[in-house]
Amino acid sequence: MNTVTDICIALLILAGTLVLVRLVRADSIADRVVALDALLVVIISGIAVDAAARRSGAFLDVLVVGSLVAFAGTVTVARFIERRGAR
Amino acid sequence: MSTAVEVLAALLLLAGSLLAVLAGVGVLRFPDVFARMHAATKAATLGLVCIVGGASLLIGNPGDVAKLVLVAVLLFITAPISAHMVGRAAYGAGTEMSDHTAVDELGEHG
Repeated sequence: MNTVTDICIALLILAGTLVLVRLVRADSIADRVVALDALLVVIISGIAVDAAARRSGAFLDVLVVGSLVAFAGTVTVARFIERRGAR
Repeated sequence: MSTAVEVLAALLLLAGSLLAVLAGVGVLRFPDVFARMHAATKAATLGLVCIVGGASLLIGNPGDVAKLVLVAVLLFITAPISAHMVGRAAYGAGTEMSDHTAVDELGEHG
């Protein structure tokens, strides 16, 4: 089982790297928001895989808080774009 | 814990991680913001739900499973809302679309 979770963490690191490349080479603020949102989802997935590997629920509160912060941040920046423009 | 449950959990964890990689490839390779939102919202959400399911099978403690289910439900509620808001804001701010865009219903109807 530990091999499986190690493979999962490696795949998630790959996914996070791909998203980070898009975050750096973004065309607009909307691009960056989408990439940051995806990055947070990947990070939350990584914490969940780590919890499964340790069979421990110690970090599950971080998952709940992380998903709420991702939503609040995305909505805030979306409203900012609406008011100020995409540059 | 029985072996069948562990195998199912491992399959769910692997499927979720593969979906996360697919979402990453989509976010990197798709041509414009509106296409990238599809990969970032749908594939990543399904991947996280798979991973949360696998983790709750492995952890098994009811309080922890409740937290994991709460994360999945929160993501199911908030991901469409935030994607819709980002898409509307990007369209309203005049973000350029890909040349392959076939239908622009907002533009056609004013």
